[in-house]
Amino acid sequence: MLPSGAIDCDLHPAVPGVGALVPFLEPHWADAVRQRGLHDLESIAYPPDAPLSARPDWRVPGAKAGSDPDRLIRQAVEAFGTERAILNCLYGVPLLYSDDMAAGFARAVNGWLKSEWLDRDPRLRAAVVVAPQDPDRAADEIERTAADRRFVQVLLPVMDEAPPGRRRYWPIYAAAERLGLPVALHAGSSYRHPPTPVGWPNYLAEDYTAQSIAFQSALTSLVAEGVFRKFPDLKVVLAESGVTWLPAHLWRLSKFWRGLRMEIPWVDRSPEEVVREHVRLTLQPFDAPDEPSEVERILEHIGSEDVLLFSTDYPHWQFDGQGVLPDGLPESLVRRMAVDNPLATYPRLREEGA
Amino acid sequence: MTTDLRDVPTRGVPAEAKLRIADCDIHPSPKSLDREIFPFMEKRWRRHMETYGARPRQPFLNGPAYPKGQPDAARRDAYPPGGGRPGSDLAFMREQHLDPNNVVFGVLNPLRSGQGMQDLDFAAAYCRAVNDWQIAFWTREEPRLKASIVVPYEDPAASVREIERCADEKDFVQVLLLNRTAEPLGQRRYRPIHEAAAAAGLPLAVHAFGFGGAPITGSGWPSYYIEDMTAHAQASEALLASMVLEGVFDRLPDLKLVLIESGFAWLPALSWRLDRIWTRMRDEVPHCRRRPSATIRSSVFLTTQPMEEPRRPRHLLDTIGWIGWDRLLFATDYPHWDFDEPGRVLPPAVGEEERQRFFLDNALEVYGRPA
Repeated sequence: MLPSGAIDCDLHPAVPGVGALVPFLEPHWADAVRQRGLHDLESIAYPPDAPLSARPDWRVPGAKAGSDPDRLIRQAVEAFGTERAILNCLYGVPLLYSDDMAAGFARAVNGWLKSEWLDRDPRLRAAVVVAPQDPDRAADEIERTAADRRFVQVLLPVMDEAPPGRRRYWPIYAAAERLGLPVALHAGSSYRHPPTPVGWPNYLAEDYTAQSIAFQSALTSLVAEGVFRKFPDLKVVLAESGVTWLPAHLWRLSKFWRGLRMEIPWVDRSPEEVVREHVRLTLQPFDAPDEPSEVERILEHIGSEDVLLFSTDYPHWQFDGQGVLPDGLPESLVRRMAVDNPLATYPRLREEGA
Repeated sequence: MTTDLRDVPTRGVPAEAKLRIADCDIHPSPKSLDREIFPFMEKRWRRHMETYGARPRQPFLNGPAYPKGQPDAARRDAYPPGGGRPGSDLAFMREQHLDPNNVVFGVLNPLRSGQGMQDLDFAAAYCRAVNDWQIAFWTREEPRLKASIVVPYEDPAASVREIERCADEKDFVQVLLLNRTAEPLGQRRYRPIHEAAAAAGLPLAVHAFGFGGAPITGSGWPSYYIEDMTAHAQASEALLASMVLEGVFDRLPDLKLVLIESGFAWLPALSWRLDRIWTRMRDEVPHCRRRPSATIRSSVFLTTQPMEEPRRPRHLLDTIGWIGWDRLLFATDYPHWDFDEPGRVLPPAVGEEERQRFFLDNALEVYGRPA
């Protein structure tokens, strides 16, 4: 059971089809949808009928799972007893090759989120969808959209054109920090590069496996490039990352930092400390065995009750029934994860009436 | 238990009082290409090397894509007193490493071997020469050392020929690849290599590094050497996911995979993730018949260096427990800068039996050769 005041930090509203965005697109792009017969911008990462993309009992015949706000409220928010829910819309805006088209669609998705979701239910919050293709314009979009305090974070795919710590992205981090918005790196890719370090895989199963691998490199990049030195108030949320890769990766990265810190002298603390202060991870999927004693040991390796944020990952099929909490989570951690940590991570959730 | 691993004294302990160990990652270098490598090649390839250079799939003609932290990535004290590159002088290797650390079984993993060169015929000729060189200059001279069949893996047919040419030589104990292949190693283009290794009864060993051409992260090229180094683990994760999900070990249950110098502590989380995903999407990979964690438990071995070093040694022991004490092969990476000293890598709490497996017995079993 979740404590009262629980917050779900990763749910996925689905754009029903590109046509649903037409009312929110500037005329040029609305015309493009009609005249060019623009296809739906679904990513190859989540084919709608693939098992992981939607839990069987959360599917809707003839529509995308997650496309109906009433169902999302009933199946995720009310079913698990959360009081607020953060919507991370994974529509394929970062996948577009045209900077202008991507910026136009990011703006439309944010307009759609506001009108079709946030205005529909006071429990909903959302991430600002941005087009990382042009970070300066992405910063403008963050500024414009986050004037609405119900937008509580910025959303980027974990795999994009360049590693996320690279300076080209810093305008996005500057805007996010200034406006009190964590940046969520979410599983997925703009597919500018093969999703694995050894080229394109054959199967979706490998692509999804590669997500947790990509989170490791992304975290290395954020630390090594000094993002958190430059933006000391920035929080990064790793969403749908798999979680349990974290301790081993930090052992390795921290060991190399001890041997190679002369290469990155601005990193003046162990990566483990940097991550503990600045990085949070959403709960689902939690890649662990079913035995509670093993889960307890994994949590001990993670070594902090501050880093996990409760999530269902609705409508993705990560667990069945009410089994959103892995067996072995102590009561105290559940409370931290579901209430205290989200409030500490998202300044806008602490605002009265927000 | 919070014993600092670095506080375990080893200096001054006589070698004969120490455990006999295997070192499954030693890097030999030629003193001179002229005298040691080119004699094993046709003249044509020597001219090719001098005219065009090695030209792997990376930007720089000389040196690695990311400048290393030390010259040649070597220990400062590993330069032979008589000159030459670190790892190029057998007498000095004996004196500095094999004798004092009581290495009774050492596996040579040559790194500049022609692997990953763009010209596949040159790569094949270079690999052949490096294989002949290992026998002539190293294993014939020092019976404790064993050789690796380096293969031009982007040309599977040539790789198979090379495995077949070398397999009868008992000093070769594994087939060696680098982990940055052009495509994930489980894919069918590499099947002839898997099959030839299995047919020869040799483990397929995959060392970190290489030149596949794809960026080492799914987000493109990172900025720093530390990122490149750290990401060798991620490359091995992707490689292993490919081999498991492609069903390589379902087809070749006797094939052993040895992952070298890309860490090991990541393996439990990857296995748990693969199990979850396989459970959901078995219909996509019907040829992957066994549960991934079971396949990994029976087919995969990892060398230990560079050892992950959690602040609490208990966490290291948990992790090794998840992987299995029979799966890890001790390695030092001599003569490289991130050498792991055998006396310092395991917490004192580890029992005799585990120590024996970790430092020696696992390697002897995997390589099936008496010390």
